[in-house]
Amino acid sequence: MFLQLLSSGIAMGCVYALIALGFVLIYKASEVINFAQGDLMMIGAFIVFTLVDRFHLPFFLGFVVALVVMAFFGKAIDRVVLRPLVGEKAFALVMATIGLGILLRSIGGMIWGYDTYSFQAGITDFPVNIGSVALSSVHIWIMTVTLILIVGLYFFFNRTKTGISMEAASQNQLAAYLMGIGVKKVFSNIWAISAMVAVVAGVLLTPIQFLNYNMGFIGLKAFPAAVLGGFGSIPGAVVGGIIIGVSESFAGVYLPDGFKDIFAWIILIGVLMIRPEGIFGIKERKRV
Amino acid sequence: MRFVKRMHYLQDIQLFQYTSTMVWYALLVGALLLVPMVVGTYWVSLMILIGIYIIVALGLNLLSGYTGQVSLGHAAFFAVGAYTSAVFTTKFGVSFWLALPAAGIMGALVGIVVGLPALRLKGLYLAIATMGFGFIVEEIIVQWEHVTNGVNGMMVSRPSIGAFSLESDERFYYLVLVVALILILAIKNILRTPTGRAFIAIRDSEIAAESMGINLAIYKTAAFAISAFYAGIAGSLFAHFMYFIGPENFTILESISFLVMILVGGLGSVHGAVFGAVFITFLPELISTAKDYLPRVIAEQAGLQAAVYGLVLLLFIRFEPLGLYGRWLKIKFYFENFPFYKKDTFRRIRKFHRTEKQ
Repeated sequence: MFLQLLSSGIAMGCVYALIALGFVLIYKASEVINFAQGDLMMIGAFIVFTLVDRFHLPFFLGFVVALVVMAFFGKAIDRVVLRPLVGEKAFALVMATIGLGILLRSIGGMIWGYDTYSFQAGITDFPVNIGSVALSSVHIWIMTVTLILIVGLYFFFNRTKTGISMEAASQNQLAAYLMGIGVKKVFSNIWAISAMVAVVAGVLLTPIQFLNYNMGFIGLKAFPAAVLGGFGSIPGAVVGGIIIGVSESFAGVYLPDGFKDIFAWIILIGVLMIRPEGIFGIKERKRV
Repeated sequence: MRFVKRMHYLQDIQLFQYTSTMVWYALLVGALLLVPMVVGTYWVSLMILIGIYIIVALGLNLLSGYTGQVSLGHAAFFAVGAYTSAVFTTKFGVSFWLALPAAGIMGALVGIVVGLPALRLKGLYLAIATMGFGFIVEEIIVQWEHVTNGVNGMMVSRPSIGAFSLESDERFYYLVLVVALILILAIKNILRTPTGRAFIAIRDSEIAAESMGINLAIYKTAAFAISAFYAGIAGSLFAHFMYFIGPENFTILESISFLVMILVGGLGSVHGAVFGAVFITFLPELISTAKDYLPRVIAEQAGLQAAVYGLVLLLFIRFEPLGLYGRWLKIKFYFENFPFYKKDTFRRIRKFHRTEKQ
């Protein structure tokens, strides 16, 4: 029982981590908190669904096409919504992404309707027994993909020149610009990457959750994960996600009704009391 | 152009700068008193909603617009007020006239409870923590069934003064109008005291405010308490206006809609809260009127209202970050300084570096 709860918690945590990764990437580069990440995920999942289910493309091809489409969509969002707001107050940026989220959700509803679809193509769901623990194959997929993405992105940000220039742009846009980093290009690219991560999260999430225009709300659950890990840290997002996922799955069994849905937030508030900058967060100081 | 001869320092902070302003406001209040006699019941009920939202928006604007503490969980304070009032009047048989201030005070107490831990949090972390608080309160309402009736919600009745019942919308309108006017005057007065200026100082720079001798802990908590008090009062009025409240009235979407009000109206201004509440309440009406003139493909979309809502928010942030009140100021400035209007007067100041990471 314990191992079973632990492993399914970890799997759910990886989904949160994948969504949280989207926030973290954008925050890392531009200090924008993207409240529309969950809705980007919804759009991505629906594009894959349309291509595979309606146009009968092979799953892998549909997935790749969706990645490309969403990459450009992410760039378009950056260009149209966020670039004009560079240098505005954080509050305005947060509200802009909230507005974007509302807009995307209603557009999603207009295009794909308000029904709930189940979409199993590509990744099929069958039980896998490891010792005494029964895991769904989807969960194994989720864990593997998360691991690959995290390691890849970690090296990207710490070892490649592009990654380091993104980090620089996040710390001081003006100084980065003066050092010859194309700040606009960096932001545009990070939105593309983040939108692609959203497609991956969406595709992995649909077999266990249903496909619905409202599924972006699960993105809100990823906030505690991202904050727990310290908003700007990629490994932090994973640790945060797993903490949230595991504690949620234990809370669902051992605690009274209703705790499961808000346990993430209780942990979050508890942790923030003790360490206001998250577990892996960097202490930020301000020059007066 | 109008020139004011300043004879006294107090002139800078008086409520009405010119006598003419006072006359205009008196006329406005007079017009508002006549509203139920002129328009139909439907419009009166919209006006009541506007009044309730004005009260919430005033409180939220004090917290987010003036003190700079973003709250993504304001619906929770609204809910606390609504449920306090509902439980007091229906379960304990307390009079509405005691339940209304009790709702405000309960809101303020919860505000202090949230405000105290929020002292350590800044910006993004505070926004997300308050969002979490909103979810927690929503879940408490659902689960605490023997007090709140859970998802079934609570039935609430309209108050009365002695034998004079406020049952009809027209009469309830006057109650909301009076409460809203008192609270507007109260907030105007809070803002011109040292307390109000301390709030603004905290927004502009916490470090500078602290070094000027402002106790951040006390003032931030006070901002939370006052703001939650307003939301609590509004919640109580909302409960008695709607006859019925349930957890679905107090979701994160409601919190976002409060934030949209102050953003569209104008951050950090009392007028802004009023304009925002009016605009957001009338927006659905505007959309349903506009539907007749739109092509059918667009007009028949179910998500149209949400889409317009999101779009309005984006456009305001992009083109008029000061909100409707900012636009109003610009127009006024243009006419007051007629041939000398310069666009740069209202130029936005941008910062291209953010936090210093270590």
